[in-house]
Amino acid sequence: MGENILEVDKLQTAFRTDKGEVVSVEEVSFQLQPGETIGIVGESGCGKSVTSLSIMRLLGKHGYIKNGSINLNGNDLTKLTEAEMRKVRGNEISMIFQEPMTSLNPVFTIGNQMVELIRLHMGLNAKKAKSYAVEMLKKVGIPRAEVIIDEYPHALSGGMRQRVMIAMALSCKPKLLIADEPTTALDVTIQAQILELMKSLKNESETAIMMITHDLGVIAEMADKVIVMYAGQVVEEADVFTLFDEPKHPYTKGLIDSIPHLEYDAQEKLYSIPGSVPTLQQMPKGCRFHTRCPYVTEKCIAEKPPHISIDNKRNHKVRCWLYEEKQQESMSNEEREVTV
Amino acid sequence: MSIETLPIKDGIFKQQSQPLVEIQNLKKYYPIKKGILSKTVGHVKAVDGLNFSIYPGETISLVGESGCGKSTTGRAIVKLDPPTDGKVLFEGKDMATIQHKELRKIRTEMQIIFQDPYSSLNPRKRIGDLLAEPLIAHRLATKEEANKKVDQILEIVGLTKFHKSRYPHEFSGGQRQRVGIARALMLNPKLIVCDEPVSALDVSIQAQVLNLLKDLQKEFNLTYLFIAHGLGAVKYISDRIAVMYLGKIVEIGKTEEIFKNPKHPYTKVLLSAYPIPNPHLRNRERIVVEGDVPSPANPPKGCRFHTRCPMAQAICKEKEPLLNATDHSVACHFPLN
Repeated sequence: MGENILEVDKLQTAFRTDKGEVVSVEEVSFQLQPGETIGIVGESGCGKSVTSLSIMRLLGKHGYIKNGSINLNGNDLTKLTEAEMRKVRGNEISMIFQEPMTSLNPVFTIGNQMVELIRLHMGLNAKKAKSYAVEMLKKVGIPRAEVIIDEYPHALSGGMRQRVMIAMALSCKPKLLIADEPTTALDVTIQAQILELMKSLKNESETAIMMITHDLGVIAEMADKVIVMYAGQVVEEADVFTLFDEPKHPYTKGLIDSIPHLEYDAQEKLYSIPGSVPTLQQMPKGCRFHTRCPYVTEKCIAEKPPHISIDNKRNHKVRCWLYEEKQQESMSNEEREVTV
Repeated sequence: MSIETLPIKDGIFKQQSQPLVEIQNLKKYYPIKKGILSKTVGHVKAVDGLNFSIYPGETISLVGESGCGKSTTGRAIVKLDPPTDGKVLFEGKDMATIQHKELRKIRTEMQIIFQDPYSSLNPRKRIGDLLAEPLIAHRLATKEEANKKVDQILEIVGLTKFHKSRYPHEFSGGQRQRVGIARALMLNPKLIVCDEPVSALDVSIQAQVLNLLKDLQKEFNLTYLFIAHGLGAVKYISDRIAVMYLGKIVEIGKTEEIFKNPKHPYTKVLLSAYPIPNPHLRNRERIVVEGDVPSPANPPKGCRFHTRCPMAQAICKEKEPLLNATDHSVACHFPLN
């Protein structure tokens, strides 16, 4: 195992609003190695997008990082000035957004937008930059790249636009690629094309990918490890096989059980998590999931559960009181082994 | 009448009962206008000749990618968008030629649930008034009676009567969709067209709404035309599935049959493209087709899928395959086993 390329430690992000400060991401920590894909999954409003925007430092004028650090190759991104940050964006971290239409400028051609970025970040001259752009477009599987490069975004279909976005994001060979719901707006056949493309590009380069999505199917196809977020907190963290085979947190279990499966025979009734996600202003005390949890106890209502490791070997962590005792047992077992 | 416009009965499914809705050669074209005189230069053939029946008590799903005409079909059936050509028979009555008075009556028997519950609820109306409106508009109840019915229906969809005085913005997405469902139920309809009712909702909420729809069907003996692109939800809720591509049905059959034994290459492609939430299956064999869906303004000749089909042969470019009339119909020259 190599060095971590990205280390996010106890990240806390807040927004100033008329009604006071709202903490949208409470405590997120994870590490990422070159070539690794981490999936961040959760429902809307759980803070997964804000986490990625925090790493890019694109929080707008009301958002700010309150606590924690984001280390990219040993550089703490939270401490960089805006000018230094601009050099990181695009060069070292790139991002793909959900809606490729709104993230491309409609009044410039594809080529125009790509060449601008390539010249700015790589210092190539106009001619070289254009031929490099064509090369990148070919790489992401755009047919007739020499012609398409002079088209405006509206002339392309959704899947093609997303390919252009990926070509732009990858043209400076970033170390980290953040993909925020990259296929949510696309049809399934096009989604399959884009996911295949991202897989093959990942195998070619050592780019680490942060895949943000609400679709557990996409996570199962793409991710090496997964963090599950609920109401601004990481509730479970594990490698992708462990997470789907032995989910521990009641929320993760609920999520996995509530998706209708294609590979099974007809299901009589779907499991559904009762209630809905609490708003940030009305966050429950104690465990944030206790209002919807089937295993709720007194302790869950009163005290916040810590994010604890229940399997050190596989780096499986859960934020739930149910596993606290088990963890203590295994700890004491380990201690006993040491003393023996 | 040419062969192509002959109505094809889709199989012998539930032949003992009369179909609730019969769709015969349904077409919906949207004109493309150009120039200062708005001359019609062509047509977007959103729906191009559909034949199928909906039987009482069943859930039939229309699936396909965006632009395949599934929503247009749903809207044409309830006559929100009158069809360009073809017939929609509701309990044997032709919706196109029916008198206005009778149409109003029939409209109480078919309702629609929309994808985005926020834009389909009037933001200036309280939930109670929103729900009572269909009853008042059709003069089926006095205000008091309507009020009582609202309480009843709210309870059925999992809300309480205390929600009556609230406005749509005070609800979460899932609750809003419950309001949408409640409104559809107000007139005791026979048919409900569900146009992507769960696509805009979070995963855990989707399950709640799907379960609710299934329970309601049992309780009120409803018939659903379910329109969706999420295959998981479709598999869970439907009895039969019609797969659409570029305004045509390419395959129609029982849910189990479609999933276990897809006959049309496009169905197979759709199924294999769908990401399965099981990491152990990530290296399964998969067919990824090249390219995008062609424009419905200028659909390919012959079989419409031939430009992307991995098994296309010479005849596919020339001759359009027709749906064969069996239990599990497929429109393909070389159906899979």
